[in-house]
Amino acid sequence: MKPRPAGGRRLVDLTVRIFSGLAAVIAIFMLSWIIWEVAKKGVAALNPAFFTKLPTPPGIEGGGLANAILGSGLITLIAVAMGVPVGLFAGIYLAEFGGGSRLAAMVRFTVNVMMGVPSIIIGMFVYALLVLPVGHFSGYAGGVALALIMLPIVARTTEDMLGLVPNTLRESALALGAPRWKATLGVVLRAAKAGLLTGTILAIARVSGETAPLLFTAMNSPYWPSSLNQPTANLTVTIFNYAMSPYEDWQRAAWGASLLIMASVLAVTILTRFGFREVKR
Amino acid sequence: MGKPGKISGGDLVFKTLTGFCAAAVLIIMAGLFYELLRLSWPSVQKFGLSFFTRNAWNPVTQDFGALSSIWGTLVSTAIAMLIAVPLSLVIALFLVELAPPAIAKPVGYAIELLAAIPSIIFGMWGLFVFAPYMAERVQPFLSERLGFIPLFSGPPIGIGMFSAGIILALMILPFISAVMRDVFQMVPPMLKESAFGMGSTTWETTRSVTMRYGVSGLIGASFLGLGRALGETMAVTFVIGNDHSLSLGLFNPANTIASTLANEFAEASEPMYLSALVELGLVLLILTVGIQVLAQLWLRRIRHGMGGA
Repeated sequence: MKPRPAGGRRLVDLTVRIFSGLAAVIAIFMLSWIIWEVAKKGVAALNPAFFTKLPTPPGIEGGGLANAILGSGLITLIAVAMGVPVGLFAGIYLAEFGGGSRLAAMVRFTVNVMMGVPSIIIGMFVYALLVLPVGHFSGYAGGVALALIMLPIVARTTEDMLGLVPNTLRESALALGAPRWKATLGVVLRAAKAGLLTGTILAIARVSGETAPLLFTAMNSPYWPSSLNQPTANLTVTIFNYAMSPYEDWQRAAWGASLLIMASVLAVTILTRFGFREVKR
Repeated sequence: MGKPGKISGGDLVFKTLTGFCAAAVLIIMAGLFYELLRLSWPSVQKFGLSFFTRNAWNPVTQDFGALSSIWGTLVSTAIAMLIAVPLSLVIALFLVELAPPAIAKPVGYAIELLAAIPSIIFGMWGLFVFAPYMAERVQPFLSERLGFIPLFSGPPIGIGMFSAGIILALMILPFISAVMRDVFQMVPPMLKESAFGMGSTTWETTRSVTMRYGVSGLIGASFLGLGRALGETMAVTFVIGNDHSLSLGLFNPANTIASTLANEFAEASEPMYLSALVELGLVLLILTVGIQVLAQLWLRRIRHGMGGA
């Protein structure tokens, strides 16, 4: 190779260094900009009524989004009740029984693909299954849609976490005469407990910000969620509806709801992901 | 894993139960395609291929051609990829090769946090903060300087394809850079050290050793970002303006498949309207699943090839 003058090469290197540092700064700036704006505009909307009262028509003060907060909680609860056990069992199968079998390989592949299916398509699927046949939107359908989004996440985390449990632990349980199911549930799952819990909490955080799958399943409602077999109020669809409305006080409420969701999702992410990682490793 | 000599009844039940839950994933995936195909069938039959080549979106006359939605999805994704891929690359480079650990760690966390922010929050910020900023500052400047290029024509109102593409870029950036970071970390240190030993600068090492070694991983990372950008819904719905006309100007309001679904699906009462929207959904499903399948196969091949994690 012909030696080239070092000055030019150094300059190119320096340019790349500066550019890459700049890119990192841009990303962090954008993150801070978003958090700052949502926090500033959201705080202005939060007051005791926001958490305790029903929404009011535009122009009438003193309303809140208590029904949407409750509704979001209920829908998420349904999602957890269905998505977590099925995802957990699917993950157990992949880690403990499937091994290199064909079914396991197919499921593993499909789980990854399913995580990439747009959430709005999941909403459409649940609409076709649970809304169209009965002729009305429902909180149950919303819960099912969120469960379908959680399912592959929980399955994947479970398999990863169980894969970290040393084999000697399984063997000692089996050597003591425990049947496989008891060894799995009593020993392996317990050993992976912290990781499974973190994964599940992160999956809940992820779906609690989802809007698209609720648009045509749970839809929205201005009333208390007295039954989940009807359109059910929830925070994210409320943000969408209110933001698109021309009324200033509704838009303000949308900012309040945005702050509530953003703060809880970020808090959960920081606490579980980073806090846990520091302690654990 | 040791095989037990005989299978107890409890084990059989347990294995069947977990196996069924695993199989449920396959059933759901198949069901997705089946249901979408079933509901979109009237539209598929009525419009045939013209659904993809015509631009018509008229719920009153029940006439549907999805060209503008498909065009909008592709263009907004292209803008996002053009911005996000190079940015993710240099950010990954920064995190792995350049920044000291004391800086790389918090920066890495911050970028992970960007990934955790829900789509609808990007939408609120995009509609009420970013789009007005674009309308006041960025777009007038661009159309003044570059207005002779048709791409930069159109009303500087902030809402439109251009803003949507930028916000999309911001949303897929953390996912791409996370995978790229892993790819960089999989490069054997020995290779890099040899390049440094020969007197290469950091950039020279990155370009000719790290990136060449990990090129397939970098492509796989971009594919994952691509799949995400295509299906991203709420943030785009907030800022793209949801207009079914077709135009070259990036400042014009436009629509994507996902934004049209978000806006119109709940109120589509006529069967043919519903069917056409489901066909849009089917197109999106096929696109994203196709890309995911390619990306998974691709990334898996590399992991085997590299012998890494």
